[in-house]
Amino acid sequence: MRFIHEYRDARAARRLAAAIARTTTCPWTIMEVCGGQTHTIVKFGVDELLPPQITLVHGPGCPVCVTPLELIDKAVEIASIPGVIFCSFGDMLRVPGTHGDLLAARARGADVRVVYSPLDALAVARAHPRRQVVFFAVGFETTAPANALAVVQAQRQGVRNFSLLVAHVLVPPAMEAILASPGNRVQGFLAAGHVCTVMGYEEYRPLAARYGVPIVVTGFEPLDILQGVYMCVRQLEEGRAEVENQYVRSVRPQGNRAARELIAQVFCVVPRRWRGIGEIPKSGLGLQPAYADFDAERRFGLAGRGVEESTECRSGLVLQGVLKPPQCPAFGTRCTPEHPLGATMVSSEGACAAYYRYRRVPAQGAL
Amino acid sequence: MRDAEDFVLSCPIPISEYPQVLLAHGGGGKLMHGLIEKMFLAAFRNPPLEVRHDGAVLQADGGRIALSTDSYVVRPLFFPGGDIGTLAVNGTVNDLAMCGARPLALGAAFILEEGLPMETLWRVVRSMQDAAAAAGVPIVTGDTKVVDRGKGDGLFVTTAGLGIVPPGRDIRPQRVRSGDVLLLNGDVGRHGMAVMAVREGLSFESEITSDCAPLVQPVMALLEGGVQVHCLRDLTRGGLAGAVIEIARAAGVHVELEERAIPVRPDVQGACEMLGLDPLYVANEGRFVAFVAPQDAQRALEILWGTALGAEARIIGRVEAARKGGLVTMTTTIGASRVVDMLSGEQLPRIC
Repeated sequence: MRFIHEYRDARAARRLAAAIARTTTCPWTIMEVCGGQTHTIVKFGVDELLPPQITLVHGPGCPVCVTPLELIDKAVEIASIPGVIFCSFGDMLRVPGTHGDLLAARARGADVRVVYSPLDALAVARAHPRRQVVFFAVGFETTAPANALAVVQAQRQGVRNFSLLVAHVLVPPAMEAILASPGNRVQGFLAAGHVCTVMGYEEYRPLAARYGVPIVVTGFEPLDILQGVYMCVRQLEEGRAEVENQYVRSVRPQGNRAARELIAQVFCVVPRRWRGIGEIPKSGLGLQPAYADFDAERRFGLAGRGVEESTECRSGLVLQGVLKPPQCPAFGTRCTPEHPLGATMVSSEGACAAYYRYRRVPAQGAL
Repeated sequence: MRDAEDFVLSCPIPISEYPQVLLAHGGGGKLMHGLIEKMFLAAFRNPPLEVRHDGAVLQADGGRIALSTDSYVVRPLFFPGGDIGTLAVNGTVNDLAMCGARPLALGAAFILEEGLPMETLWRVVRSMQDAAAAAGVPIVTGDTKVVDRGKGDGLFVTTAGLGIVPPGRDIRPQRVRSGDVLLLNGDVGRHGMAVMAVREGLSFESEITSDCAPLVQPVMALLEGGVQVHCLRDLTRGGLAGAVIEIARAAGVHVELEERAIPVRPDVQGACEMLGLDPLYVANEGRFVAFVAPQDAQRALEILWGTALGAEARIIGRVEAARKGGLVTMTTTIGASRVVDMLSGEQLPRIC
């Protein structure tokens, strides 16, 4: 298929892998920020092609994984209110809260619907004016513009029964939190290409300079990853720490201006708790005061409530690149996709789920 | 009165992890297999059921018969390339064919929801009539029930099929051998994406049509052509990956798939990429894999190429002689290797 097969070509992959091997003279640890990149790496076996000196560690770039427990609990609570229609992207439905997930709430009778766009949720609200329709606004900078657009349209069209449960997170503050942590082992980043499609990559330059790490904006196909690694290794070997763009077919330095303006109009930067990591200042988006009426937490009186995470799940260390999923004592035993302890085992973008699905050798005859 | 020591508070239901049935229990993944294994197999255990095939082959006076049953709950009832009626006939006919049986007759049970337009029912019945005629199998018995409005999804259809297995024919997972070659009769993922596109109101550049079709002809061509077929499986829920994993586990063999050899149409691939779904796990209704003896593989391909539903048949993998253990691995398009595991539940479209 055009624009997919070209980026999965075995011969080109081998050539890039050979170039990486020729360039590498000592061990390097590189973090791929986005969960989509993690899945590509594990699904296609990209890391198998790399020389042993290169260690890829997985970053916090799975919005499903980092959505804090209290927001999952609030989602389940709101969805369980009679008359509410709760709309969400598909992969949020299986993420466990303190008392089960949204799929279980649906099995108990809640009206939980999978939508592909917040505008679909807005259409549900228009079609059911007597019911409250709540959209679970999860995601990084990539999903924020469409969610902002839904709010703007709801206000313009006078749709009063629509609101957002906002769980947006921002990537650069999380990268900075990793670099600033005492246990950091990340020497270079593959930044998430789709985030940069929206936001550009100018804001990464101070980060690269301050911490002396190369940051390569990277796409999601196997050849993108290999090329991103190659560019990153070349910088590391040459002692450079710059921001480079591997994903030129999609990313411009300034990003998408219209999308950025829409985000700034509807959302403001707030502190946000990240599941497994804790609170990171200025790392989330909340609704601007002008759109506070569309805040589901306010509408249903749930603001300010918090819960404590289970201590057994080590997903925070996985998300910070400190631990590889199989190094967690619960991996594949007490924590499986059927009985996850944390969201990294649930989400289709989660590092633990990727390892479980593509790397684990199932026990003989196991179901 | 029982002694106090006899009194236990453990749950008598064999599945205690989930207090309620989830949609994923019907998704063809691990939850569904757990349900079948721990609840249905445990309760109904008998030798034909233990074979874990698409249908059961039973010894009767004077020959062997195959029996299969399946329920159809598709939403929407009509989709590009078929409807619930064509699915209900072809699905059961295909299950019989996968046992190597020539279908003899079908039974059909209808659960109708109060308020279903009679015209809708008639369209479905006409589809079933046409599909049964195309497969050469009569619908000889049936049942009708009506449930209150809101208690059904318009129309549910259950079909049961009876077929005859000729003497000497033995097709089941346990007959798969080291070195067997896997043949696939065409591209994968079309049915699931066709239904999803209509159900979710998604539109792609071209309309994706279901591959729903009866597989009797290509299967009989293989069997009657003298090919040593060890196992057959149609690729319904759980897709190609689910079917091959089931057989690998039941046979205790290691299957190696070649990703590049598995055909996926560009429109299906594009739709899957967009939604974050893997076409390997998407449902089909006119596709099957055949595990055949290696020396017969080329001849089997040539036979399939001569049939309408096998024109694009190809070799997609083989049973590895050196490795054992019920595992499926795949050589990826970039030449690395990975495990192909069963899904935990249904595939859910991803966030970004």
